[in-house]
Amino acid sequence: MSTQRCQFTAFSRLLHWTMAAMVLTMLGIGVAMVASLANYHVLVSIHRPLGVAILILVVVRFVNRLLNPPPPLPATMSRAERLAATVSELTMYSLMFVLPLVGWGMLSAAHYPIVLFGSLHLPYILPHNAMLYAVLRKGHTILAYLFFLTFIAHFGAMLFHTLIVRDGILKRMAPWNIRPREAASTE
Amino acid sequence: MSNDLEAPAEAERPRLGKASTLARCALIGVALAAVVGTFAYFGGWFTPNELTPSRFSDAFERVDGVHSGFRRNHAKGVDVSGFFESNGEGVRLSKAAVFRPGRVPVIGRFSLGGGQPYVADRPDAVRGLGLQFSLPDGELWRTAMINLPVFPVSTPEAFYERLIASKPDPKTGKPDPAEMEAFLARHPESVQAMMVIRGQAVSSGFNNSTFHSLHAFRFINAAGDSIPVRWLMTPAQPFEAASAAAAVQDKNYLFDALIAQIHRQPLRWHLIVIVGQPGDPTHDASIAWPEGRDRVDVGILTLDRVESDETSAATDMNFDPLVLPAGISPSDDPLLSARSAVYSQSFTRRAGETKQPSAITPFDVRKGE
Repeated sequence: MSTQRCQFTAFSRLLHWTMAAMVLTMLGIGVAMVASLANYHVLVSIHRPLGVAILILVVVRFVNRLLNPPPPLPATMSRAERLAATVSELTMYSLMFVLPLVGWGMLSAAHYPIVLFGSLHLPYILPHNAMLYAVLRKGHTILAYLFFLTFIAHFGAMLFHTLIVRDGILKRMAPWNIRPREAASTE
Repeated sequence: MSNDLEAPAEAERPRLGKASTLARCALIGVALAAVVGTFAYFGGWFTPNELTPSRFSDAFERVDGVHSGFRRNHAKGVDVSGFFESNGEGVRLSKAAVFRPGRVPVIGRFSLGGGQPYVADRPDAVRGLGLQFSLPDGELWRTAMINLPVFPVSTPEAFYERLIASKPDPKTGKPDPAEMEAFLARHPESVQAMMVIRGQAVSSGFNNSTFHSLHAFRFINAAGDSIPVRWLMTPAQPFEAASAAAAVQDKNYLFDALIAQIHRQPLRWHLIVIVGQPGDPTHDASIAWPEGRDRVDVGILTLDRVESDETSAATDMNFDPLVLPAGISPSDDPLLSARSAVYSQSFTRRAGETKQPSAITPFDVRKGE
């Protein structure tokens, strides 16, 4: 078993950290823009293309996840923790896919133009219907808060394992390469 | 320091002392609180007195009441459609496809300012015209214009103050003049703007009103030149002065006249682009640009159909002034982003509400046919 990978592949880690930055930016912009007058337009103008970029990348990431299964979880994790980790991972994958689609759908239902850059814009995926917009708009907010809560749980669990359990869980996803034999070592 | 991957990692670690565990737990708590706090800060949770799109919409509801399904401002209106025929003169100013010679379909809405959907028409009520141009490549251009030559305020904060000052006194049913006086005393720029507004003669109806973009925008042409512009729609229908007599007879006299006129013959407006010069203020909609600026007639708007809010697609449309095609950009006017934000909030609120019949019904619209 000495050849077993202890880290996600370099590409998986690149996707993880890139998308982590994008998703956090997206959540921050989302919560800021609905409360802002002065920066509303600028923030919405970033929110749309960034959401589409996340939608494209999550598809790449999902395929990559199937092709490159993750390294084993540390032995320190209980069955319940493993289940929680799996559920939160599944939740975040789903939300990265569903949130941009709900956003696209709600703008379609409101017949807002879905402008990415300049004259580049997306087609409508739903008919013009105000009530449909209202439902999706509410759903967009609820799902975004759910994503934020899942992120907090993910971040908190990582900190707990790194600082209290000290099982080196962060090394699985470390942006730098770690030789397999060091993987389970203490700091 | 290294060990076998299969070995239980915890066995190798010295146990954490009580104090150390506590300190590490505290660190985790601080880290999580910092993340939540940052988001709460972005969401404006620490600045409850800051103006937000929600608080703006609340203010409209406090002044005019909540009217289920209606716009929070410009609640009363009728919807129109037709086309814009560009003469090509705008191509040198902006690369927007709408200015290439040819026709694009237009849908729009004439309205009265204020959040009351059944208010009686008055000659001095603010008249609005919201338009959407559907460009050939699928882009949209929306503009929300009014018949005032300048805006009475220059910032979102002043708009809010003015709105609150115009709230009717529950005792008299009319705004307290002292409140408005106090507002004007704090805002000399609004006094100036009101003088310009009062200096313009009011026309008899929607059909012969001039509608103004109010805000400056920027046009960008194919060469990449960016220029400050404003625009207006000048009516082809001849001017006739407003008379108060018509208002007495018919609660909807402005809209009824408009419906009858469109049934008689299509109504036309010239889209005039005013080209600003370097130094012309673009950040302040309450100040008109000096006389003598280049005015370019870029085409003719023809409106030949009229519909009730109850049947038109324009009802469920937000005439957000920042829905712009490539070739038209916002200026530095702070009201633009604020309008976009508040319109969006108003749209979201009414989209989820039950619709009530509008003042101008489908029956009223068919009457003149």
